[in-house]
Amino acid sequence: MDAIILQILNGLDKGSAYALIALGLTLIFGTLGVVNFAHGALFMIGAFCAVTLSRILTISHTIVDETQKDFLGNPLKVDVPYVYDWFGEATGNVIIDWAVPLSILFAIPVMILIGVIMERGLIKHFYKRPHADQILVTFGLAIVLQEVIKYFYGANPIPTPAPDAFRGSFDFGLMLGFDANQIIYPYWRLVYFAFAAVIIGAVFAFLQFTTFGMVVRAGMADRETVGLLGINIDKRFTIMFGLAAAVAGLAGVMYTPINSPNYHMGMDFLVLSFVVVVVGGMGSLPGAVLAGFLLGILESFASMGAVIDLLPGINQIIIYLVAIIILLTRPRGLMGRKGVMED
Amino acid sequence: MLGLSKKDLNLLFIVFVLTMCAPFILNPFPEGSAMAQFNAGYPDLMQRFVIFGIFAIGFNILFGLTGYLSFGHAAFLGVGSYSAVWMFKLLSMNVIPAIVLSVMVAGLFSVLIGYISLRRSGIYFSILTLAFAQMSFALAYSVLTPVTGGETGLQLALNDPRILDGAASSAGNIPVPGLFGLEMRDSTFLRLGDWVFTFNVGYYFSAVIMLLSFYLAIRIFRSPFGMMLRAIKSNQQRMNYTGLNPKPYTLAAFVISGMYAGLAGGLMAAMDPLAGAERMFWTASGEVVLMTILGGVGTLIGPVLGAGLIKYMENIISKINSEILHGWFAFMPDGIEDFMVAIVYPFIGKGWHLTLGIVFMLVVIFLPGGLVEGGQRIARMFRRKKTTQDNTPGTTEPAE
Amino acid sequence: MGILEVKNVGKRFGGLQALGDVNLSVAENSVHAIIGPNGAGKSTLLNCLVGKLIPDTGSVMFDGQSVLGRLPHEINQMGISRVFQTPEIFGDLTVLENMMIPCFAQRDGAFGLNAIADMMKDREIVDRALDMLDEMNMLDKREMHAASLSRGDKRRLEIGMCLSQRPRLLLLDEPTAGMARADTNNTIDLLKQIKDERDITIAIIEHDMHVVFSLAERITVLAQGTPLVEDTPDKIKGHPKVREAYLGEAA
Repeated sequence: MDAIILQILNGLDKGSAYALIALGLTLIFGTLGVVNFAHGALFMIGAFCAVTLSRILTISHTIVDETQKDFLGNPLKVDVPYVYDWFGEATGNVIIDWAVPLSILFAIPVMILIGVIMERGLIKHFYKRPHADQILVTFGLAIVLQEVIKYFYGANPIPTPAPDAFRGSFDFGLMLGFDANQIIYPYWRLVYFAFAAVIIGAVFAFLQFTTFGMVVRAGMADRETVGLLGINIDKRFTIMFGLAAAVAGLAGVMYTPINSPNYHMGMDFLVLSFVVVVVGGMGSLPGAVLAGFLLGILESFASMGAVIDLLPGINQIIIYLVAIIILLTRPRGLMGRKGVMED
Repeated sequence: MLGLSKKDLNLLFIVFVLTMCAPFILNPFPEGSAMAQFNAGYPDLMQRFVIFGIFAIGFNILFGLTGYLSFGHAAFLGVGSYSAVWMFKLLSMNVIPAIVLSVMVAGLFSVLIGYISLRRSGIYFSILTLAFAQMSFALAYSVLTPVTGGETGLQLALNDPRILDGAASSAGNIPVPGLFGLEMRDSTFLRLGDWVFTFNVGYYFSAVIMLLSFYLAIRIFRSPFGMMLRAIKSNQQRMNYTGLNPKPYTLAAFVISGMYAGLAGGLMAAMDPLAGAERMFWTASGEVVLMTILGGVGTLIGPVLGAGLIKYMENIISKINSEILHGWFAFMPDGIEDFMVAIVYPFIGKGWHLTLGIVFMLVVIFLPGGLVEGGQRIARMFRRKKTTQDNTPGTTEPAE
Repeated sequence: MGILEVKNVGKRFGGLQALGDVNLSVAENSVHAIIGPNGAGKSTLLNCLVGKLIPDTGSVMFDGQSVLGRLPHEINQMGISRVFQTPEIFGDLTVLENMMIPCFAQRDGAFGLNAIADMMKDREIVDRALDMLDEMNMLDKREMHAASLSRGDKRRLEIGMCLSQRPRLLLLDEPTAGMARADTNNTIDLLKQIKDERDITIAIIEHDMHVVFSLAERITVLAQGTPLVEDTPDKIKGHPKVREAYLGEAA
């Protein structure tokens, strides 16, 4: 029982990341009808927003500290971050420590801007072209984006820790009446899951309860009719693209403490996220979220020792295997709508 | 001749001359000169040109003709490599049985994957092929280690049985792949002044197979079968209501292109007898997509050009470092020199992928027919210029 | 006994009874029109005939064999060709290639792995395709891409493609929809010529009464998924039920 709870918990954080990326992919696909292979790159750029902010916060100037000596007996040169000067050392430390959560504020405008530029500059011209062309051009864009990041940040993963308060783990087992250390779960992963739940909830609420969201949903259902009503759907779709980019970016920002960001993390997640979208059903937002968590949890179950003993290697292929089975038995995915990308 | 039209025959002849003279064409700069780093006429790279040419020709039969975009074609390449290495281990170091087996195994494997994947089309087909290839990669990397060598890859060992070679291999060294005694790694050198040209057995063997593959591709393109494949891309509905069943056609195209990939994989193993799971990773599948699109999807020569271009970039452009760049711009004043180097540097050397990505995007956006379409456009421009000149008074020569 | 016998065919989409209880008999070598107001179930009926839809009830027999449960290409191989409302042709291929494909399909069956031969050296097929293009007055356009043809030419090409399969039954789904008057008249002339020169049965679904009354030998009027009447054109013209269904006039 404890092992099962542990696996479900383990699946949640990866599932959250899948769900967030798949949600953005589905928003773009559902509204714009574009298959966006560069979406993983947006996730990756989000992660590098966190890296960038923590670097900005630690930009320092050098002062000579007369009270300390180095090993030659000369006065020690110390790097002092500018934030110390502005906020004092204690507050400055807290700010640096909280770089990752603070990056959320930094990433939202950056990601929306990137998303809007991408849509206006490139994607817009591909609405009428075949899906294969969309895949190809966004695939090219993904390569370009990841190479740009690699040029500026190098090829190695950059560790970006969570705030001190969230390091360490939480003993779930004790709370549920098991022995100590049976179910331990890092705090940050809990934070990530809660964060993902909030974002997903916010996106759904936005689509459900605002006029803007209503129009977008109507556009997803039947673009032409909405266009006939004289509503400028294109402008809204641009905003949706920005929103989807922001969702992917935030997923990336918060993922940095779990997995040190590197330039190819976007592609790694993209392949799986596409599988998630297809399993959930192209164009279905609840499907994307459901499939994201489902596959994340399935993946962690498949990594259990007992399961691997029974079916060696199953943890490596479970997601793909499920995707193949779903695609062949339920062509529209778990919750796909009729008429979306049917052949 | 050869059952080809004059135009196709010319094309085949050009490719024939280019591949046979490649050691000269790719080594235009004398040894030791500043430009020698642009020489691509060494065996390793030349082999890669033709082998990836085969891979791309095969991929183009599927994607170029039927429009089905497979994102998992590298799986067949990997399977081909593994089969060939196993043949070297078990039967003989002769490359013929190894390559025959790799084509056959890749063919069977593609029947299986194709049969399932082709039940869907469009993006679903792409995802299904991707999923199968990633599964193959993951399995080859982990569980199937006894068959695939896992992380280290599948290698030859001294005590492999090699039934046919038998006693010959007990000499103490691991034998190398060959063709009836002709070792694939053997090369002859031709020195002409400062120039050195390398003629490698493995390269010529691969080149001949590439020519055969290219010839077969031309025949397929011009056959009723090839026309049916183009018809599938154009309008499946009409295809159905014309009494034709698209499914076996697409499956046949999928299997043929899978066998081409297996052939390429087998040749790779024949040139260098080891096989690793990374050959099946999805980025390798992405690479053949890039090659085909870049060169010109649906054209005959395009995929070969694209494969050559990408492999050239990967091996030559990627080696240019900032010192070399400073050397090039040394004639400029210092400030401008540094500026030029700073501008150019991100796009070459280790950053060549960036150039590739940009070029690829530009091709998809502006030049859907790839390099071949670009060439045609330029040719048309010149022809137009020529005709306007011809029309000027005084030129009475008849046009050829 | 007609060449096409439709018996008690019904088809329901969710809550909508698209076809009620359709009985229809198309006599061999006749031109039979099926007319009816929008939503009468004409297209559903046609789709049931060619295998795109499978009816819930009833039977469809072509030349004594059931077509139900067969795939579209199998039904086509039985001798039923279909012309679509918007011309369905192979836009990326040349006109000549468009015409060759049905010739291959008719001669070699639903699948042929003829991957080595040069298709242009298959004299029999090329000649057949050229003859048909000649008959359609399109010989001069044979090297054009089919997508660049005019609407009328696309229609002629599609009809030619269907004919080159030598079908026994030609189904036409509103062949003149969206056409200018001149193109419509050309199409009528073409269909008349086909009818006169070949042993072929034509079933036509049409909105345009001008087309129907110039061609049809028998007419079935469909309304709300069931046939109202079936008769000769002259009788249909004055039939009160037809006037009611079409014009909403009280009988």
